[in-house]
Amino acid sequence: MNKTMKAVYNAAVVLAATLAAMGIGALVFAAVGADVVKAYGVILTEPLKDLIGITEIAVRAVPLTLIALGIAIAFRSGTLNIGAEGQMLMGILASSAAAIALPDLPKPLLIPLAVLAGAAGGAVWGAAAGILKARLGVNEILSTVMLNYIAAQFYTFLLRGPMMDPEELVTGSGTPQSVRIPRAAWLDRLLPGTRLHAGVYIALVLAVVVFILLWRTSAGFRMRAAGAEAKAARYAGIRVERYVVAAMLLSGAFAGIAGAVEILGVHRRAIEGVSGGYGFTGIVVSLFGGLHPAGILPASLFFGLLLLGADMTQRLADVPANMVLVLQGAIILAIVSARQFMNNPYVQDRLARRLARIRGRPAPNPIPGSPEACPDPSDSPDPCLADEPAALAGGGSRDVRPEDQR
Amino acid sequence: MQFEPIRSLELRGITKRFPGILACDHIDLAVGEHSVRALVGENGAGKTTLMNILMGLYQPDEGSILLNGREVRFRSPNDAFAHGIGMVHQHFMLVPNMTVTENVALGMKSTHRPFRLDLGAARKRIREVSERHELPVNPDAYVWQLSVGEQQRVELVKTLCLGARFLILDEPTSALTPQETDELIELLKKMSRELSVIFISHKLHEVKALSDTVSILRRGRIVFEGRTEDHSPADLAALMTGHEVALPCVECSDAAPAEGRGLLSVRDLRVRGDRGNLALDGLSFDVAAGEILGLAGVSGNGQRELAETLNGLRKPESGSVLLDGAELGGRGADAVIASGMGYIPEDRNTEGIVPSFSIRENLVLKDVGTVDWSRGGFLRLGPIARNAADLRERFDIRCPSVDTAAGSLSGGNIQKVILARELARKPKALVAVYPTRGLDMGAEEFIHKQLLALRAAGVGILLVSEELDEIMNLSDRIAVIYKGRILKVVPGRDATKRSLGLLMAGVLDE
Amino acid sequence: MNAGSFILNILILGVPFSVALLLAGLGETINQRSGVFNLGCEGIMAMGAFLAFLPPYFLAKTPLAPSANLIGILLAVAAGALLGLLFALVVVTFRAPQGIAGIGLQMLGWGTAGTLFRRYVGGVTGVTGIPSLPIPGLSRIPILGPILFNHNPLVYLAFLLVPVFWYILFKTPWGLKVRAVGTYPRAADSLGIPVARVRYQALALGGAMAGLAGAYLSLAQAKMFADDLIAGRGFIAVALVYFGRWNPVGIMGGALLFSLAQSLQLSIQVAGIDFPYEFAVMLPYALVIVVLALVRKARMVGPAELGKPFDREQRV
Repeated sequence: MNKTMKAVYNAAVVLAATLAAMGIGALVFAAVGADVVKAYGVILTEPLKDLIGITEIAVRAVPLTLIALGIAIAFRSGTLNIGAEGQMLMGILASSAAAIALPDLPKPLLIPLAVLAGAAGGAVWGAAAGILKARLGVNEILSTVMLNYIAAQFYTFLLRGPMMDPEELVTGSGTPQSVRIPRAAWLDRLLPGTRLHAGVYIALVLAVVVFILLWRTSAGFRMRAAGAEAKAARYAGIRVERYVVAAMLLSGAFAGIAGAVEILGVHRRAIEGVSGGYGFTGIVVSLFGGLHPAGILPASLFFGLLLLGADMTQRLADVPANMVLVLQGAIILAIVSARQFMNNPYVQDRLARRLARIRGRPAPNPIPGSPEACPDPSDSPDPCLADEPAALAGGGSRDVRPEDQR
Repeated sequence: MQFEPIRSLELRGITKRFPGILACDHIDLAVGEHSVRALVGENGAGKTTLMNILMGLYQPDEGSILLNGREVRFRSPNDAFAHGIGMVHQHFMLVPNMTVTENVALGMKSTHRPFRLDLGAARKRIREVSERHELPVNPDAYVWQLSVGEQQRVELVKTLCLGARFLILDEPTSALTPQETDELIELLKKMSRELSVIFISHKLHEVKALSDTVSILRRGRIVFEGRTEDHSPADLAALMTGHEVALPCVECSDAAPAEGRGLLSVRDLRVRGDRGNLALDGLSFDVAAGEILGLAGVSGNGQRELAETLNGLRKPESGSVLLDGAELGGRGADAVIASGMGYIPEDRNTEGIVPSFSIRENLVLKDVGTVDWSRGGFLRLGPIARNAADLRERFDIRCPSVDTAAGSLSGGNIQKVILARELARKPKALVAVYPTRGLDMGAEEFIHKQLLALRAAGVGILLVSEELDEIMNLSDRIAVIYKGRILKVVPGRDATKRSLGLLMAGVLDE
Repeated sequence: MNAGSFILNILILGVPFSVALLLAGLGETINQRSGVFNLGCEGIMAMGAFLAFLPPYFLAKTPLAPSANLIGILLAVAAGALLGLLFALVVVTFRAPQGIAGIGLQMLGWGTAGTLFRRYVGGVTGVTGIPSLPIPGLSRIPILGPILFNHNPLVYLAFLLVPVFWYILFKTPWGLKVRAVGTYPRAADSLGIPVARVRYQALALGGAMAGLAGAYLSLAQAKMFADDLIAGRGFIAVALVYFGRWNPVGIMGGALLFSLAQSLQLSIQVAGIDFPYEFAVMLPYALVIVVLALVRKARMVGPAELGKPFDREQRV
């Protein structure tokens, strides 16, 4: 295939994947009796109609970016972190506890401290799964899912018990929530009348940091090597287990920061439902963004739009907001299916030959004979996608331990 | 079972393409009754692809198959079996966690009753076949418990149980000792009285011993066909590669025979394998600087465990590994690498390179943390790129660019990437495991030259190989490994295939 | 309450609690034996639970009411099989990575069930559910009777399916093919066994079982549907398969272990022992992690090619 053909082909695959995902969504829209076109119209355009809508997209994109960045670190290092939801909750708890415990600190100290506390909370939760995988070979998908459930219970326990706002018990309705964090810990609002807050800067800076970490440092090089082919990395003297733990720790820290920023910038107290599925949407954002910060930023805006749009469909088209989960699930299935078509030269070649046969022409001859000759450069996988972690290229989770440590 | 006898089998104009490779290019091949046809060619010449087409595993892009003059289409191996064609694949097609009987029953559709698997019928058939052809097998053994030779027998029995009257054997001797090979050839000669055989090999003396006619494949084309007895192995080798090949050897090299100091010294090494067995059981040897020590043995006798232990990937239970006086046993791979050990691992695609990483990245895989390639934790992209350009030139790595994913290269070029990385590190010692497996002769020649140059530069090399020719050509001394011990070390010039073969089978005294 | 009746209660509750895990775990065993790791089990269970709940909910006052449960179960099984086939399309035909695809399927199933539920049912509403069917005579046996023979029919079915699945896996041609395809697909392929088709079949059966497990939860165990009814049981079922070493009997042991832990937790609360509710709920999830950490990898037992797509033409 030449370059143009290749671009057309990739565009066709992406289009087919998008249509397939939207098709699954349309089936469910139809099943709830909604007007499919109108429902998609509401989701995709309604939030963009005013400033509040646009800023609310950004408000949602901030935690999504942060979580997706963390998930990209984990995926690139060969671990599938499904636990951002729980890590975010732990981050919220740690961050709000820190802010509440130190009300007298000045703002320039308290905000970084509260964000770091959030990072630490998430990091502990992430590293736990990392250590379980590195030391005991526990499948990280299952352990992070379980840690999500545990974190959710722990969160409720603290908000209903030790961390509960005493006023709620005396005068309020008994809502499980913490006291308000001190004003010194609030992230500034950027536009009056909107909830857009300074967390945007944190997300942008960290996106650059993640790019540098993964592609410009030796530690990131080793993490990616461990993720792309753990065995070869181990043979090259890279301590894969250590990087698995490090990646999960960082990944958790990012989810924790997302939680902290959400509290300091939006809610200003720990309440139930803050995470609101961000941890799962973050997975979709990360994949949609190609596990790369440059892709994650726009992807998180798109999914911010989707989340907000889905809220609006509830009101405007009588479609429950759970619909966004359907779309996310369909998008994941579509992306992972499409990737194989774009990356696997065998699949591509077979497809090309089949097409050629349909058109009644013999397929163009590849380089005759020689196995020593390289494949045509335009056929070699696109560099960004080629550099794909094995966790995605292969199958489920893999054991990272060396044989002799059993 | 009722089959029409196969009097002739003909392939006409078979063509098959893979991404970037034309594996078979209008191949014509005809085989008659009760004859043994050798199909000879280098790795990658298209032999296995052609046979997979004959078995219905691949569909040809063009061409047809004729059986007794009638055209047939094999859409799956079932069709091939139904016409009495069976194949023993180079990599055994046996499910390790199932018994021999279950493996046979898997292909014997007559044992597949609606709600019951008739293992009794499969067992009966195995007994018949193994008695008739003198191929003793234990039907209740699990495949993973069997030795390579036994698995080979099971493969043959399985294929015959499925009713094969036309047998395709893909490099059947590649994992056998010379004695086992001789036995197999005798057996096949006997069987060829009743069956027709296509015998794929690149070992020409086996071709001479067994076949009536020979076809030579090169780069997807038949380049020669003739009677085996009319041609010498040397003729055939020249036809196979397209040019006269004289592989470099240690005796033809100018460098003085090794008299260097002891460099790598292994003492009483005991290491457990993956199944908890003692894979290395008190193994000792020395490699001097400027020496190539060949390690011969049937694979599975501890070679993998030894290579991994020497490189810090497996912890020894006891014993020591000294490199230049420093103890390496039990230290991690990073420490071993830092102490100057080089390693060409067995599986180049998953152990030697990170396939999705670019060539550039793979060339610094081991040393990315050193001052050469990073400063203060940040990569030095300039030097890394220059290193790649330089090594690409020096090692003649054929690739569109150094940004290409290393995994998309051919086997020979991947091996060059690994070799380039290891040599550029200027190692004191090198462990090379099956360094030329699956490569064509050009790449083999290149790698042998590099190993000899390394030897001349004073590096101590442990060469693990299953190709006796390679070991005998390159080694100063040859150690034979058997069941986790070094049975004997012989000087390279005194070794013969026969003597090595007996040692590989565990026979110490004749 | 004395110690004897306390323990008896735990056992009586534990057996029916194990059924959802057991059914889903048996299905997942077949999936994994064929080499496919289906994390979407959780989502399939959600769909199964919801669809099984619908007929009894809507048909309660109609002539069809007596067979509503059966219709619900059949719907759940059929939907489960369809979702299994959808997953097969993604991971077998498109060769997508299974771990992440499973998460996608989980979201899809969970989201669809939740969306439809909110739209058509709204709040939490109960159904009569499947009544229990004491086995005449046997249920009267002291101690054993109430533990084993006084449950609804799905409980008996689930335990009967354990030997059935064992037989299917180890004594039928199809089971042989499933095991071969999961351990060494290339060998199966060389013998003319259609690897992809066998995996499709295995995933359809696994999905149907997950659908049935969901139906059990909504119709027999909870007798209602809610968004978070499944609460991770699908993931626990996947973990059980490792614990049970891909063997139906082992899966049964694992399912019982979990259900006993759960009924212990409930009994503790009922007994009024002071223990934070949230920590009691955490217990099974923490137990999964502990179990996964303790299970040693066994060689030569399970499907060696678990999680790897198969492509005949792709040379290794």
